[in-house]
Amino acid sequence: MSLLGGSVALLAGSVVGAGLATLWITSVPSVALGAGIPLTLLATVLVRWFADLHRRWAADRLGEPVPRPYIPAPDGGWLPRLGAIVRDPASWRDWAWLVANAVTAWFTSGLSLLLFLGGFFYLLYPLVYALTPSEVFRTPLGDAFRLHSVTQSFVLVPLGPVLFVLWYATAPRLANLNARVIRALLGPTEQAGLRARVEQLATSRAETVDTQAGELRRIERDLHDGAQARLVSLGMSLGLAEQLLHDDPLAVPRLLAEARESTAGALTELRDLVRGIHPPVLADRGLDGALRALALANPIPTTVVTRLPGRLPAPVESAAYFAVTEALANAIKHAGAGHIGITVEFAPHQAGPTGNLTVRVTDDGRGGASVDGGTGLRGIARRLAAFDGTLTVDSPPGGPTEIRMSLPCASS
Amino acid sequence: MRVVVAEDLTLLREGLIRIFRANGCEVVDAVDDGPALIRALTTHRPDVAVVDVRLPPTFTDEGLRAAIEARRRIPGLPVVVLSQYVEQLYARELMSDRAGAVGYLLKDRVMDVGQFVTNVRQVAAGSTVMDPEVVSALLTRRSTDPRLLELSPREHEVLALMAEGHSNAAIAGRMFVTEKTVSKHSHQIFTKLGLRPSEDDHRRILAVLAYLEG
Repeated sequence: MSLLGGSVALLAGSVVGAGLATLWITSVPSVALGAGIPLTLLATVLVRWFADLHRRWAADRLGEPVPRPYIPAPDGGWLPRLGAIVRDPASWRDWAWLVANAVTAWFTSGLSLLLFLGGFFYLLYPLVYALTPSEVFRTPLGDAFRLHSVTQSFVLVPLGPVLFVLWYATAPRLANLNARVIRALLGPTEQAGLRARVEQLATSRAETVDTQAGELRRIERDLHDGAQARLVSLGMSLGLAEQLLHDDPLAVPRLLAEARESTAGALTELRDLVRGIHPPVLADRGLDGALRALALANPIPTTVVTRLPGRLPAPVESAAYFAVTEALANAIKHAGAGHIGITVEFAPHQAGPTGNLTVRVTDDGRGGASVDGGTGLRGIARRLAAFDGTLTVDSPPGGPTEIRMSLPCASS
Repeated sequence: MRVVVAEDLTLLREGLIRIFRANGCEVVDAVDDGPALIRALTTHRPDVAVVDVRLPPTFTDEGLRAAIEARRRIPGLPVVVLSQYVEQLYARELMSDRAGAVGYLLKDRVMDVGQFVTNVRQVAAGSTVMDPEVVSALLTRRSTDPRLLELSPREHEVLALMAEGHSNAAIAGRMFVTEKTVSKHSHQIFTKLGLRPSEDDHRRILAVLAYLEG
């Protein structure tokens, strides 16, 4: 029944649409006359609202969203807005669709409706025959086939069910065809899709570059204030010891001990630094082993469940690992959790070695975490964005908290 | 004491050889990768092997894997694993065959030559020596093993020192108590961990293993 209603609505729509097409296309040139400016803006709003109705219908029909492809309107006066409308290819595609729809709607919804109404007509043919003046419905199939009485007109009744069956069989297909035409003309073009993707990549790249530059600065500072300074002090102790070897041999052991302490200190600092860049256990054992090692070192009891087919690309492993360390640090610092769970799962796509890595970090703490709450989770989100990954936080006040990270990748 | 050294960096390998020779040990072989280590250990059967975790050809935890594999072939072969980093995960894996005679130390510890050689000798004699950094990480952790939760703070302290490879006498010295007190504590530890006296030779190792795994 919804198909039938849809057909009627779409047909009516196609007539309204043809009117809108005329309105819009005449209003754009009339901009030059000045009065066309508000008219075009009004017409555009109407056209877009009208197109949205059809997008929604097509999305319902096809079971997938038909996104709006418009370029966001610039701030400011009417003129820039108007310029954006006229320059936006989506405006012209809308118009092309309105024109095309005046035809396609009749071929799809119109045909569908015709079959349905035809079914009724032939089912009730004897009644029609009896009620109308005798000349009108005598020759339904041309002059060669002439009906002489109501009884004879019953011959046409079987055509009714036949048309109903035809309607029933073709209606969903015709509706889908119409929906596909709508998607093709009203949905974003490949180019528009690419443009959106480029924008998103540019943003995530800028964030990645910022993050990396920040990391490099931190490493530089750590090396400068830590290991480098210690090595200088080591060199000084050794130089002094060398000098004193003849004059004051008794002072030498103390200097050597100092030198050894400097070395130990430098090693500790380098170790911490390297752990922060790429943990050795991650290089050795991959995500699985590294997370287990992390869980063991964690002051709060932590269980790790991994379902990974093999090693993942090193950058993905690293991103996932640091995302988990950040999430753990959050749980330890803020949540007051008694237990933490880490689940890592790789779901391959139908074909090929690519798939989706899902990492969940849950805790039974007090909840209330959010991406906007602190720099930690936002940092993870940015880090994951470089891999087209996403981060969602489910943390109602009172807990429990679930931080869910998802990133597409290949497995080896 | 006959020693096999496995270390791929020449500078460190020569340094280790020099330390062992200076301390009256015989270095029977010095190798620089995993497969060569397994061969050296099975042919020479040394009193102890001193192995760097990261070795060619994979430059991952090749040394650790080779050591575990060699101990599978020669059960209880004493091995000291050296690393720039300590991971509890690796400590557990090394100990998991419950045969003892394993050491797991940061490379830094080599700088305290006297202590390092003592530790290697302890492992050769069958003891377990865990790096203080492994043990200190255990101290900050909330245990999930109910047996460990029953230990008193003093007993915890004794167990931690035990894991670092100290004898009862050394533990007594560090805790400023008598050796008798320490042996009383360790007896309590064994009882609470459910380690029966029949396992006596082995109980220190099993206690440390329980500590690592808890």
